[in-house]
Amino acid sequence: MALIVDGIWKTFPHRSHTQTVLRGVDMEVQPGELVALIGHSGCGKSTLLKAIGGLLPTDGGTITLDDVLIDGAGPDRAMVFQSYSLLPRLSLLNNVRFAVRAARPAWGTAVADAAAERYLTAVGLWEHKDKRPAHVSGGMQQRTAVARAFAVEPRALLLDEPFGALDALTRARLQTQLIDLWQSESDTEIVVMVTHGIDEAILLSDRIVVMGNAPGPSIVDVIPVDLPRPRDRVSVLDDPHFREVQARLLDLLMRDDPSEDEAA
Amino acid sequence: MNDRLATLPAADQIDEKLPTLTLGRATPDGHNHPVPDPSSGALPSPPSASRLRRIGAALGWALVGFASLVALWQLGAARVPALPSPSETFTKLQELLGEPFYSRGPNDKGIALRMGASLQRVFYGFGLAMVVGVPLGFAIGASKRAWQVFNPLIQVLRPVSPLAWFPIWLVIFEDAGRAAVWVIFITSLWPTVLNTAAGAAAIPSDQRAVARVFRFGRVAYLRHVLVPNTLPAIVTGMRVSMGIAWMVIVAVEMLASGGGTGIGSYVWEQYNALNLAAMVAAIVLIGVTGYLLDLIFLRLGRVVAIEEPVA
Repeated sequence: MALIVDGIWKTFPHRSHTQTVLRGVDMEVQPGELVALIGHSGCGKSTLLKAIGGLLPTDGGTITLDDVLIDGAGPDRAMVFQSYSLLPRLSLLNNVRFAVRAARPAWGTAVADAAAERYLTAVGLWEHKDKRPAHVSGGMQQRTAVARAFAVEPRALLLDEPFGALDALTRARLQTQLIDLWQSESDTEIVVMVTHGIDEAILLSDRIVVMGNAPGPSIVDVIPVDLPRPRDRVSVLDDPHFREVQARLLDLLMRDDPSEDEAA
Repeated sequence: MNDRLATLPAADQIDEKLPTLTLGRATPDGHNHPVPDPSSGALPSPPSASRLRRIGAALGWALVGFASLVALWQLGAARVPALPSPSETFTKLQELLGEPFYSRGPNDKGIALRMGASLQRVFYGFGLAMVVGVPLGFAIGASKRAWQVFNPLIQVLRPVSPLAWFPIWLVIFEDAGRAAVWVIFITSLWPTVLNTAAGAAAIPSDQRAVARVFRFGRVAYLRHVLVPNTLPAIVTGMRVSMGIAWMVIVAVEMLASGGGTGIGSYVWEQYNALNLAAMVAAIVLIGVTGYLLDLIFLRLGRVVAIEEPVA
C-alpha cells in the first residue's frame, strides 16, 4: 500500500525539438511519508506531480496508488495549486462544500457539509466562511484550498508549490498548519510536495527527491531527512543534520544550475 | 408641453430590466460591488466634497469638448447656408421632444416612436444573436472540433458588411422590417460568438484541473467554472455587438427607406424633404441613445467582472 511511480517518461513536442522532461522516473512514497520534489525550473517536478494527479497523460511507465493504476484525476489524489484556484464566485465555505459534494457523492450532503465545516474550522477560517476569495488574503485563500483538499479525505495529497506566492510569515504559519492537519486531523497519509525552498523541503519532508535537467537522469538524488517530529522551525536550524542536508541540497542544486551554463 | 424627459423613461426601463434578464444567477450570493459611476448619479454612499469636485471638473471639461464642436458647427453653418445652425437644430430638437409619441398615420409618427421601432428591431436581432451566439461560442471555445468546423466559416463571413446581407433577407422575408432584424442578427452574431469562444477557451488551467480533481459534473462545471469565467467576455461581446448593431440599424433603415418606420428612415425622409434641422436633431438623438445603450453594457460588465483577488 503505497504510491508507486514506475518508469515514467514524458516528452513535450516543440517546433524545433522534443523536450524529454521525465526520463524514466521511479519513486515510491510509503503511507505516513511526506516527500518533497525539488529542482530548478524545467526539471519536471510539476510535470511529475501532475502525472501523479492524473492531469497529464504520460508517454510510458505506470503510476499506482494502493495497487490501483492511476488513469485520470480523482479525489483520492487531491491537489493544491500555487495559484489557490478557488472558484471566484463562491464563498470560502461553498468552495469547500461544493468540491466535497462533487467529489464524494456517496457521502450525501450532510456528511459532505460536515467535512467542509470541520476542515474550514481546522484551518481557522470558519468565521470568514461567507467571504469570497477576492475579499480575503492570499494566505486565507490557500488555507481554503488546503481545507478543500483535506476535506475530500484523499489517500494522497499533492501540493504544487503551495506556499510559493505567500510572504515568509504567512508561509511559516501555513507550513505548520499543513503538518498539523496531516498528522492529527486527517486520515491522509501520503503527501507529495513540489517546492523551490530548500529549508521548506527539509523542515517538512521525510525524504527529498532532487530532480535535474536533461540530459542527466530525472532524479539526481534522494536525500532522507531524519529529523524527529514535531520539528521546531527555529531550533531545527541549528540541528547538525539539518545543516548537513542543507549543504548537500545546495551542492546538488548549484551543480545542476542551467543558468550557470549559459553564463559560462 | 415641453417635457424633455419624455424619452428618458424608456432608457431607464431598459437599464432596470436588462441586468436581471441576462444575469439570472451570475451572482448567486448577491455580492455585487458596483464601482461608483460618476456619470450615472447613483452613488452608493453620500458623495464627499472632493468627489463632488471631481465630478464637477469632469463635467466641466466635457462641456469644453461639446462647446468646441458646437462652435465649429456654427462656423461651418455660416459658410454653408444649407446646413442648419446649432440653434435651429436645438429648436427643432425641442419641438420633436415636445411631442414624441404622436401618430398621424403610418408614415407620420413622433420621434420616440421612430426610435422605438429601431430599438425594437435591434433588440430582436440582438436577442436572436445571443440565443444562437452564446451556446455556439461555448462550443467553439470548449471543443477543438467545433473550432475547426466553425472558425474558417466565421472568418470568411465576418468581414462581409452586414448590409450586404440585407438583400438576401429581403428575398427570403419580403419585408424590410424583418430583413432589418436579421441584418442585426448577423451584425451581433460574430462579436458574440468570438468573444464567448475566447472567454471559454481562456479558462485558467488550474480551475479546469480543480474541476477534474474534484470530479465536477457537467452542471457544476458549467455553473461554477465555465459560465462565471466566460461571463465577462460574453458581456464584452454583447457590448461590441450592440455598438455595431446601433450603427448598422440606422444604415439599414436608410437603405430600406420609403415607408420605413425606424429612426434611420426618418433621417433619410428629412433629408429628402430638405428638412435638415430635423435630420441633424435626429442624428443627435441617435448618438445619445447609442451612448445610453453602451452605458448599460458597461455597467453589466462591472457586475459580472471577476474580482481580482487581493494578493
